[in-house]
Amino acid sequence: MAATVITITSGKGGVGKTTTTANLAVALAAGGQKVVCIDADIGLRNLDVVLGLENRIVYDIVDIVEGRCRLRQAMIRDKRLAELYLIPAAQTRDKSSVSPSDMVRVCDDLREEFDWIMIDSPAGIERGFRNAIAPADIVLVVTNPEVSAVRDADRIIGLIEAEEKGPAQLILNRVNPEMVRRGDMLAPEDVLELLAINLIGIIPEDEAVMVATNRGQPVALDGKSRAGKAFQNIARRLKGEEVAMDELEEKPDLLHRLSRVFRSGG
Amino acid sequence: MDNNSPLFQIKGVKEGLLISLGEGDWPMVQGALLAHIESNTSFFQGARIALDVSNRVFHAAELGLLRDELSERGVSLWAIISNSPTTEETARLLGLATRLSVPKPDRIVKSMDTALGGEEAIFVNRTLRSGFRIEYAGHVVVIGDVNPGAEIVAGGSVMVWGRLRGVVHAGAEGDESAVVCALSLEPTQLRIATLIAVDTKQKGKHHPEIALIKNGRVVAEQWNY
Repeated sequence: MAATVITITSGKGGVGKTTTTANLAVALAAGGQKVVCIDADIGLRNLDVVLGLENRIVYDIVDIVEGRCRLRQAMIRDKRLAELYLIPAAQTRDKSSVSPSDMVRVCDDLREEFDWIMIDSPAGIERGFRNAIAPADIVLVVTNPEVSAVRDADRIIGLIEAEEKGPAQLILNRVNPEMVRRGDMLAPEDVLELLAINLIGIIPEDEAVMVATNRGQPVALDGKSRAGKAFQNIARRLKGEEVAMDELEEKPDLLHRLSRVFRSGG
Repeated sequence: MDNNSPLFQIKGVKEGLLISLGEGDWPMVQGALLAHIESNTSFFQGARIALDVSNRVFHAAELGLLRDELSERGVSLWAIISNSPTTEETARLLGLATRLSVPKPDRIVKSMDTALGGEEAIFVNRTLRSGFRIEYAGHVVVIGDVNPGAEIVAGGSVMVWGRLRGVVHAGAEGDESAVVCALSLEPTQLRIATLIAVDTKQKGKHHPEIALIKNGRVVAEQWNY
């Protein structure tokens, strides 16, 4: 086994990096893949909370790097999915406690045992970001359809290119299809025209995400919600499957499909 | 302390330490440099280093790695001095300076004087994303877009074969004959010499335009060359 290292980053904070990391990890693990998540947001950890594993942390990534524990001891096994593990960030240290080469070393030690290593990057363009992308094979940039988030995504994509980790792939999060239709929200085409990178998925705005995040039960676990389904689609695309990009379409009931056929045919 | 190994030379300058690389292949030179820094920790702790790489060509990954290796040893790399425009460009992409100090204005004028019969220009064959800045004494030609948050400052004219949506300043040394043209001209801000044009954004219109100074104002016209 030789794992693929995926880093999820964004530049701007609060666009959904951690939620995306948690959900993609859950979706991949639910499909039988062996997955380990690494929270690279040292000092502001919360991937453990979103995954519902915070009360089981004993050791963290800084303990591994500084040799206070073995790699295995810091890996928390998920209660629901046997093939999902988390290496948490340290909460009481800062980004400088880990270096880019430490991250590469830790990932190299994990590669043999896993299919996927998912790294949750901190916001910003400083040391924490460089730590997170140093070992990456694939970089996923998360953004929202907001001008400020897109501007930061553009900046981070440029930095990823400069570090020769590109081309990054894009996840457009919290898209409200109704607002896009009314012209009140940047459309996916507008964002793609500016960023000019490959789109790997669109996550529709969905209240289920917030409810799930607060409960530590990622939406991709059951995939009943629209957002959960969208995360599962991205996981399948990462595995190389062809999945149609239809996340923004209305529920595919017959009447709606017929009306679409008539409209486009007329 | 022996500061003059044949692989590199170190001297103190106004801005910090200047390390000039000598002959030898890069992994060996880098190894020797890092070893030297490790064995003189107290001297190098907190130092700011400018690296004169002369004719060597570096990839972004190599420079990025060097910067990280240095920063792990408490040394910050802030500038790369190079004779290669490729390496200078790479250094700028990583946010490093490429000059020890700001060039004096007379030097810029001189370089433009010598450029008669084939004016100097820099050719940028990529999209400039947010946060990138190109500053050049001659003309700037971009094949690609200039995104919001990117900046071009040129002594001469600026030509963009793509959408121009960032900040652009042509004729930055005062040349009022400089122009800015783009396949789609929608800059956040456009300046020529000392004049600033605002309200240049025209949404929905995507035809080539040229901005120039006419009767003391910056105007944009259809580009019909």
